[in-house]
Amino acid sequence: MSLSVHGLTKRFGGVVALDDATVEFVPGVINGLIGPNGSGKTTLFNIATGLIAADAGGVTFDGRRITGMPPYRIARAGIGRTFQVVRAFDRMTVLENVLVAERRTGLRELVRSAIRGSEVDRAMGWLHRVGLDHLADADAADISYGQKKLLELAAILMTDPALVMLDEPAGGVNPVMIERIGDLVVAAKRNGRTVLIVEHNMEMVMSLCDHVVVFDRGRAIASGTPDAIQSDERVLQAYLGV
Amino acid sequence: MVERAHDALVASSASPPPILEVCDIRAGYGRAAPVLRGLSVVVPPSSVVCLVGPNGAGKSTVLRVVSGMLQPRAGSVMLKGEDITGLAPQRLLARGLAYVLQGHSVFREMTVADNIRMGAFTLRDKAVVAERITMVRDLFPLIGERWHALAGGLSGGQQKMVEVGRSLMLDPDIVLMDEPTMGLDPKSAAVVFAQIDVLRQHGRAVLLVEQNARRALEMADLGCVLDLGRIAIEGPANELLTSPELGQLYLGGRPRAARPRPPVSEQEERHASHH
Repeated sequence: MSLSVHGLTKRFGGVVALDDATVEFVPGVINGLIGPNGSGKTTLFNIATGLIAADAGGVTFDGRRITGMPPYRIARAGIGRTFQVVRAFDRMTVLENVLVAERRTGLRELVRSAIRGSEVDRAMGWLHRVGLDHLADADAADISYGQKKLLELAAILMTDPALVMLDEPAGGVNPVMIERIGDLVVAAKRNGRTVLIVEHNMEMVMSLCDHVVVFDRGRAIASGTPDAIQSDERVLQAYLGV
Repeated sequence: MVERAHDALVASSASPPPILEVCDIRAGYGRAAPVLRGLSVVVPPSSVVCLVGPNGAGKSTVLRVVSGMLQPRAGSVMLKGEDITGLAPQRLLARGLAYVLQGHSVFREMTVADNIRMGAFTLRDKAVVAERITMVRDLFPLIGERWHALAGGLSGGQQKMVEVGRSLMLDPDIVLMDEPTMGLDPKSAAVVFAQIDVLRQHGRAVLLVEQNARRALEMADLGCVLDLGRIAIEGPANELLTSPELGQLYLGGRPRAARPRPPVSEQEERHASHH
């Protein structure tokens, strides 16, 4: 499933967050989106998932324009995302947080549920994968920040999205668990999903991604393989600071 | 290594009195199982002590207890030789202990300038405030560039810079930092680590929680590994970095091909069940 961004522009007061940005993400692989703080990465995520409106330009997903659609419809169209600053339902248990991620409605969903096993089993499976199964019955309010990030990831994967958008999945997560998240991302790719990761952990980006896009001042300044990006003069100056 | 580390800690805490001594703390939340189960840590003057460990090990809880945000069930906290256990956060600020929270804590509806000034809310001397503002703007040029912007409109990383800058306005003896580089781009993260180093060179101590563990241990003096609410391993940070057991358990970075872990697949997902 391909995600394309055409001439996207967004201003916040006097600040231009996105400046006529045009990007084509590669379907079926792990795409990395990197760039300095304030270069527009999260704004792109927020517009693509319908949380904020663009001033100009648009986003298409699988050839279909999604800009202007409400977030729940974009989610149903197959885009799942996590947030840089975690969001969890604090008064629900960890398991309930994963279960509510996928609201089932209609006959088709019931059939699908019957084929794939019970929701609780699937939810527990994802909690096991992110290393939180021992906390399934804990209140989400009582788990740590890093654990909430893992919980969010489990909830997103539960919705079975065609496009997985992760906003700093490694932030606040311990190094060993970062490797585990990497494995989950690779598994998602193997299962035919497109992945888009915003991340400052260069080790993670360069080892996982097939295609890397670099943002600076609201637009893409470079894109290519991790190797090409790491030796690109503009990227070194704008971002890596070497 | 652990014994030598302990000797080093005792030696360093014997001559100049430590800035901070956390002794046998037990703490937790509500009726849930305790998070800290007899945790002790010592921060010598002019040093950076870094807490690392798995998610949920209790690292942030240590900072909450030390900063007065969470009352411990047992144990004591000493700041510059005085018992501060259970004192309110604002009284600890006045005594020279600052705390940079995890996540985001800027006042979103206020300008960057007002956020920075809020850090000096308790100061009366305007000349001192002006001097500290200049210092913060010099250290973080980006803060100066966005001086009149609303903090809520800054990117996540820029907001973190404002928080770190704000915490320096009372010129603290010790700064507690909970993952200060989270969400920062590599250049900005380097700025924060450099800033921590500057604090140390100016005689300040820093108690740091950081998941960017290798990077943090490279610049820290002492490292403590938390697991299950206690210090599992402690010692000079550079020794922890090269310790094979620690590397495997907490720092990651094993060769990808060599990891003996079952593949994560959807086949597995379908058959996964509650153990």
